[in-house]
Amino acid sequence: MSVKTLTIDGKMMTGVEGDTVFTVAFHNQVQIPRLCHLGGVPDVGACRMCLVEVEGRSKLSASCMTTIEEGMVVRTDTEQLREYRKLLMELLLAEGNHVCSVCVSNGNCELQDLATHLGVDHVRVPYRHPRREVDLSHERFGLDQNRCIACTRCVRTCDEVEGAHVWDMAGRGEKLHLVADLGEPWGNSENCTKCGKCVQVCPTGALFTKGSAVGEMEKDRSFLKYIVYGRERHQWVKKP
Amino acid sequence: MSKRILIDPVTRIEGHAKISIEVDAAGKVSDAKFHIVEFRGFEKFCEGRPVSEMPGFMARVCGICPVSHALASSKAGDRILGVDVPLAAVKQRRLTSYAQILQSHALSFFHLSSPDLLLGLDADPKTRNIFAMANNHEDFVRRGIRVRKFGQRAVELVGGRKVHPGWSVPGGVTTVFPKEAADELKPWLPEMYESMDLALAWLKKSFVPLKAEIDAMGDFPSLFMGLVDEHGNLEFYDGKVRVVDSDGKVVADALDPSKYTSWVSEVAEPYTYVKPTFYTPLGEKLGMYRVGPLARLNVVKNAGTPRADVEMKDFRALGQAGIVSKSFHYHLARLIEMLHCVERIEELLADPELYGTRVRSHAEPNHSEGIGYCEAPRGILWHHYKVDGDGKVLKANLLIATQQNNDAMQAAVKQTAQRFVDPNNLSEGMLNRVEAAIRCFDPCLSCSTHALGQMAMSVDVRGPGGELLAHRER
Repeated sequence: MSVKTLTIDGKMMTGVEGDTVFTVAFHNQVQIPRLCHLGGVPDVGACRMCLVEVEGRSKLSASCMTTIEEGMVVRTDTEQLREYRKLLMELLLAEGNHVCSVCVSNGNCELQDLATHLGVDHVRVPYRHPRREVDLSHERFGLDQNRCIACTRCVRTCDEVEGAHVWDMAGRGEKLHLVADLGEPWGNSENCTKCGKCVQVCPTGALFTKGSAVGEMEKDRSFLKYIVYGRERHQWVKKP
Repeated sequence: MSKRILIDPVTRIEGHAKISIEVDAAGKVSDAKFHIVEFRGFEKFCEGRPVSEMPGFMARVCGICPVSHALASSKAGDRILGVDVPLAAVKQRRLTSYAQILQSHALSFFHLSSPDLLLGLDADPKTRNIFAMANNHEDFVRRGIRVRKFGQRAVELVGGRKVHPGWSVPGGVTTVFPKEAADELKPWLPEMYESMDLALAWLKKSFVPLKAEIDAMGDFPSLFMGLVDEHGNLEFYDGKVRVVDSDGKVVADALDPSKYTSWVSEVAEPYTYVKPTFYTPLGEKLGMYRVGPLARLNVVKNAGTPRADVEMKDFRALGQAGIVSKSFHYHLARLIEMLHCVERIEELLADPELYGTRVRSHAEPNHSEGIGYCEAPRGILWHHYKVDGDGKVLKANLLIATQQNNDAMQAAVKQTAQRFVDPNNLSEGMLNRVEAAIRCFDPCLSCSTHALGQMAMSVDVRGPGGELLAHRER
């Protein structure tokens, strides 16, 4: 495993071969905005929030999907990137039905926090107001497709961490939506172990504990690290 | 040739509306109508949502009385879960209900209606508002603002925020009432009593100069409907419905509010987005009823708190057989209720059960239908939901005070227009009297249509051919 040196936002950093720009930046306290990335499960580059400029490349690159190279020069926070991220956020907000004021995750939502961080105070594209369903068939949890941003954290966590692979994505564009067990109501899923990991990793209020009132759903993500560290290092401690 | 006068928009009310006054060929006012011109569709777009979200969702119907919507909605949710709400949660809900009625009434009286009463109905519209009043009646205005502040702060301390608190949920509430909140609220009480006494004394003084208006701004027989407790006293959170007529006869008593559909009917009218209601057993014409402060004080035996009971004697003396039918006296009833609310808040803050730590009962939806009700500032409020087996809302019906007062407001507008509006010599003061008749009822138009709120209102005067004679808009 060779060590590579690169420059991110003017600072020299090192990582090992195979590391992504996002990971190296993260370990050097450079916070790149993201919604689909989740430590412990593979990246898929779904949200495009972590776009960066790489010198010598004409296109922007998703930092979570870009492996580091020797001598690479990366910029993570330029005027152009800030504007693109803002527009991406506006597109996400316009595509679903994200009404914070009546959402179970109001005040505890990664989408809301990032929108605030990016300075999104209005949406410049027309809202699509798609008609989307709420699935409350599960005994413990609910799924509100209106609030889903298709980050697939739940899909990957259920598959890679729990090993149940309940979730998949179906449809395209604004019709893209989560399906349990090839399109069954979640409550009918034979694979679901009712562990609730998907709920805890969901960045928005799309997956929630049933019975939650407005603003009441707080996600606990610490458990994921607990499982991943336990598996990799055999250290079963709450705060590794 | 007949004509129409249009007042558009009507100002100093909560929401968007207009008034049209029809003038016949002889130049006399033949009819007048109050049109509520908003549409919102809350009942429709909550379909498919989890019932657990309903209180926070429905609180958004209104920025003035969100607590009432949250409470009626939570109570409907309690029924769907099929649980008994812990006593501490009931006390918290009651406390916020009193606090909200206090602040909402303060808004209606001090901010919206007092300029008419203090400065006169013919005063220059430029100065006939609370901002201009602040120059000459600073203490009065300041007191009004502080009463409202106290109510809002109490709601915030219990529910987490002043407007649209989401702490009340099906099964109870989400937080324990903090003892420090009582320490903050108690020192306000002496000032609140003093302000209410001053406001009452001041309102009563205006009865003499405004006698002509009081007698003709909505004085007519009707039914009155409101909740009463087990002693027949004022009740805002629970209780049974009592209906009395203008002669003081109890038309119906101890009606179960959760069976409202068997004695209240809604109808659709072409001139307004509101669905007016009537008391079904007496039919559409004779079944016109009023709700809200005036109706509540008419149906109860007593307020049930010492200071408010003293004021009740003066109130009763204004009517015949103890029933006050003049809509102007909604203002007095509102002030008496505010006094009652302050007394009840004081009682509750001293009640150890308010501070109980068991505040929520948990259950899955156990019933497919739930009806919640309470007295909102403007009158009795119902939320009625039907849900599927998973707890998703299939159908919702909201029955709101301003809806129920619609027919009475039409009657008040017509009576006032016929008495005060001279179509040939139209003056601003005449039209303001028509608006003031509406303000007595303190209608909330965004609530009543569950509709998108845009402030303002207007008056039309139209001839028999429908041609527009005059139009007033602010």
